[in-house]
Amino acid sequence: MTQFFDILVIGAGPAGLAAGHAAASAGSTRRIAIVDDNPLAGGQIWRGGPAKQADQRARRLWQDLQGASNVTFLAGTRVLMQTQAGELLVQDAEQASTIRYNQLILATGARELLLPFPGWTLPGVTGAGGLQALAKGGYPVQGKRVVVAGTGPLLLAVAATLKERGAIIAAIVEQAGMPALARFAASLALTPSKAVQAARLGVALRGIPYFANSYVTSARGDLQLTSVQVQRKGAKSDIDCDYLACGYGLLPNTELARALGCEIDQGAVRTDPWQRTSVPNVLCAGEGTGVGGVDLALVEGRIAGLAACGEGVTPDLLTERTQWQGFAARLARTFAPRQELRTLAQPDTVVCRCEDVCHEELREQPSWRSAKLQTRCGMGPCQGRICGNATDFLYGWRPDAVRTPISPARAGSIITLEPHKET
Amino acid sequence: MAESITLTIDGRGTTVAAGSTVAAAIAGVTRRSVSGQLRAPLCGMGVCQECRVTINGRAHVLSCQTLCRSGMDVQTGAVA
Repeated sequence: MTQFFDILVIGAGPAGLAAGHAAASAGSTRRIAIVDDNPLAGGQIWRGGPAKQADQRARRLWQDLQGASNVTFLAGTRVLMQTQAGELLVQDAEQASTIRYNQLILATGARELLLPFPGWTLPGVTGAGGLQALAKGGYPVQGKRVVVAGTGPLLLAVAATLKERGAIIAAIVEQAGMPALARFAASLALTPSKAVQAARLGVALRGIPYFANSYVTSARGDLQLTSVQVQRKGAKSDIDCDYLACGYGLLPNTELARALGCEIDQGAVRTDPWQRTSVPNVLCAGEGTGVGGVDLALVEGRIAGLAACGEGVTPDLLTERTQWQGFAARLARTFAPRQELRTLAQPDTVVCRCEDVCHEELREQPSWRSAKLQTRCGMGPCQGRICGNATDFLYGWRPDAVRTPISPARAGSIITLEPHKET
Repeated sequence: MAESITLTIDGRGTTVAAGSTVAAAIAGVTRRSVSGQLRAPLCGMGVCQECRVTINGRAHVLSCQTLCRSGMDVQTGAVA
């Protein structure tokens, strides 16, 4: 089966929804589709569905999109590969199909930087945003003791979500130092809505221990996590917990963009002022162009949606984007992972979780490619999405070209391809 | 109160609130790694593949991106 859409949006988070919304608002004759691999729209920040969010921007976008007769939402649908120019192969729980488009908007979001340390493979250790996402999907955290660790303002949002759902937050462990955090807090005056959000989080998290300039050095437990060791004020101390939610910030998901041949600059998809990538008819918005949060994603999505329709973009949108890009730059500066995190993995610490490849096997390797060939690092089902970021941080390796299908595919999904369409 | 759903996980009936993911219903070990380690969900958002299980006979389904449905039969890798 092949479907055709004038504008195809990949990703139904804030950027994708804003893009679809802007395109739909520009005229009712264009056929628009928004594809997402999750069962519900909203991406990570609006996980659980945009209709259920406190953020009214989510509810409004979704309400309008639901009311637009020319917008189709394809949930639980994962992009596997490009079959020919202007056509993607996708797969849902039941079947594979192809989708053709005139304009493609990539809004594929970000994932967490998850760094290896002893014990990080134990059940009970998750990403920071990871546990938040799981909890939003009903993962039971009621009465559980949780250490939230890593870096960035996301840790506060994660702790607030978990606390709201009945978890006991044993501590928030932030690797950034106090001077950097203080500078960042002062800079929130430039983005008043973020200052308000921070103040609200501060109230919600009152009484919870917050350790700056600190980081988790190991997770312990037999079959399940029971405690973590934290480096703080020059000494190590243990904290008992049921879950460790640990993430070192976000990184753009660029696999699809790379598979399409889009130029990448410092880990993010390079775009022009109209969110156009280096590939004709392919645009990118949101975290894929560089991590900046929901506000930047919304304005980029809007610009991309308008540009894809050939509509003009008003200067106020460009100004708004510049403002949030400034916020993004301050985030990146404040919460850059510290050097000591490179020293946590021990010789027997698993780095590639799919293939169980340890640090001692990898540190001898000269490159990502060599590691893949010699050790199978990055050859498992996550296709290097987790260990590729970790080995970049630990060893300075750059992953080479992305391979298709970009996500694990059922054999049947590939077999159904007509021979002339193979790339 | 939200509607509830009953499904089977490794042969045991489990009841969860409607809208829960299969990962939430399992709330623990989802698979064994290639060297036999027990693993549970990590990224929570369909990237790491640690949460993959067998659902209604179909292997390698990501439990964090799958909503529970009544009567679903889920097999984790926790049971050897």
